[in-house]
Amino acid sequence: MLRDSRALRVLIVAIGTIAALTSAIALLLLVGGYDVVRALDALWTGSVGSWYAVTSATLVRAIPLMLTGCAVAVAFRAGVFNIGAEGQLLAGGAAAAAIALAFPDTGRVTLLAALLAGILAGGAWAGIAALLRERFGVQEVISTIMLNFIALYGVSLLVRGMLQEPTHAYPQSSTIAEAVRLTRLPGAGRLHTGILIALAIALLMGWLFRNSAAGFRLMAVGESPAAAMSAGMIDVHRTRTMAFVTSGALAGLAGAIEVLGVTYALYEDLSPGYGYTAIAVALLAGLDPWRVMFTSLLFGALEAGAGAMQRDAGVPSTLVAMIEALLILGVVAAQAVRRRRTTHAHVDDAGLEPTT
Amino acid sequence: MTSALTPFLAATIRTATPLALAALGEMLVERTGIINIGLEGAVLAGAFGALAGATAGGVAGGYAGAMLGGLVVGALFAWGVLILRADQIITGMALTLFSAGATGTLYRAWYGTSGAALHAPTSGPRSIPILTSIPVVGEALFHQPVITYFTYLLTPVLAWWMYRTHSGLALRAIGERPDAAEAAGIHVARTRAHAVLVGGLLGGLAGGTLVLAQAGTFVENMSAGRGFIALAIVVLGRWRPFGVALGALLFGAASALQYAFQAMGWNAPYQLFLAAPYLLTLAALAGAMGRTRAPAALGRPL
Repeated sequence: MLRDSRALRVLIVAIGTIAALTSAIALLLLVGGYDVVRALDALWTGSVGSWYAVTSATLVRAIPLMLTGCAVAVAFRAGVFNIGAEGQLLAGGAAAAAIALAFPDTGRVTLLAALLAGILAGGAWAGIAALLRERFGVQEVISTIMLNFIALYGVSLLVRGMLQEPTHAYPQSSTIAEAVRLTRLPGAGRLHTGILIALAIALLMGWLFRNSAAGFRLMAVGESPAAAMSAGMIDVHRTRTMAFVTSGALAGLAGAIEVLGVTYALYEDLSPGYGYTAIAVALLAGLDPWRVMFTSLLFGALEAGAGAMQRDAGVPSTLVAMIEALLILGVVAAQAVRRRRTTHAHVDDAGLEPTT
Repeated sequence: MTSALTPFLAATIRTATPLALAALGEMLVERTGIINIGLEGAVLAGAFGALAGATAGGVAGGYAGAMLGGLVVGALFAWGVLILRADQIITGMALTLFSAGATGTLYRAWYGTSGAALHAPTSGPRSIPILTSIPVVGEALFHQPVITYFTYLLTPVLAWWMYRTHSGLALRAIGERPDAAEAAGIHVARTRAHAVLVGGLLGGLAGGTLVLAQAGTFVENMSAGRGFIALAIVVLGRWRPFGVALGALLFGAASALQYAFQAMGWNAPYQLFLAAPYLLTLAALAGAMGRTRAPAALGRPL
């Protein structure tokens, strides 16, 4: 009985969210003077209107969003504002491309090594910000954003330098050998095995959050570093650093999977801002990896539909970026209002003061 | 030597102007204990507002549009953080993303995606008589657009206001002990709202400077992280007007180095120069953090 009512509530929330999103988009289209019916039709067709759209457009985009969404969830849960999933994704993509291009003849082994390289590079890129925070007290909000820009110019440098394709005509790397790529799922268009990796990771992270000591420490530190510290059983700095690096590793894996399963080469515009959309994905999921599986689908569909709206109805695809931002604002505002209603006690030290 | 130094200094001032404007605004906000990451969004909205205003009403219309754009972002931030009491960091980040989406959408809707370069009227440099003739620095400092002279004036005025007036003292008190300030009869919420709005306005002006005094056109996402760099400059400048202005100059100089190196015929990949300000931000923050003290209430939940 209880289970049923919970399932019903989840369903109502899901339908309500989608209805609210669609109305918001329709309203913006109306204000912008676009053909609303035609645009919404394109949104539908481009995202879920056909098997091809579901697999090759929506699900393919949901994969990096699921992984970066989990990345953001892990960090935010620990009170680490990692805005750098974008840069960590790029670092992971670049490392994976470098490995995949360097060893084209060893097939699966190279593929595994490339995925691992992505994880390590993403973790290391986040590690820089973690070090700056724990050692020098530099706010990770600023440092991760700076690292995003540096990663972007780093990739730009790589595709015009060390990793540029041999003719030196285009700012991109050579194409990755077929044996090193992630295979596509049979009968599912461009959808590749990366989806299985992403789902496995989301399931695992959600389980760890609920059932492991590490998950408990993560939340304790996120809720109140001072309380966790004075309880004496939790090394706050260590927990935060672990969460930060894990977050980066997941984003790095997203980049590696994108290169090995979708683009098959390193490009400057490898990511259309997945690392930023991930913030909306994670917040809408209440920072729960299990629910990230669903919100990433929603945003995958939105991103896919946005492209179709631009192509078929001339609606700027940036409209969806606006919607995503509004959604984040809505979620944090609703949380704030609910928090004030339920309790007046607030945690003073969950914030951002420099750590010492 | 002189011939290389003057353009370098001029480029330094030119790049530093928008950074100083945005950072001075954010300094006021942070002095009340609030941190507005949405500053980047205000700069971008200001840049777009400048384009829209300038196509309608020339340079003056451009600056009006820029201020309005920044003000809108500031007002949204104030509404979210001060009235709804939403998380400052997430609200600010969301507003930056919102600004990118909204300016991109409006730009494509109003001016088309064709990418036909739109030219906004620009305010060219004006020479200040006598002062321009000072050797080496005169030409660099006093042959600049009007907005730069405004920044020259704003810095000492803000310093005077913060340290020599009652309302300036009230502002500083709020950032240290909001509860004590409230008890002393200071309108904490109102002062914070004013600071956030002024911060948005100055951020908008910074964006306007990019369009009206530098590029002469708008490009999507043209703020390119300047708002975030301004956040770092506030820390580097230790939350003081002259410190912030100096910090902006340092960043201006780092960016201007690329012209100097090019003039000397030293060829390095241009991405290195583009990445330099962001690298410098990291280094500067790591160096400055240990030795500075932020307003005590900075970033705390309200």
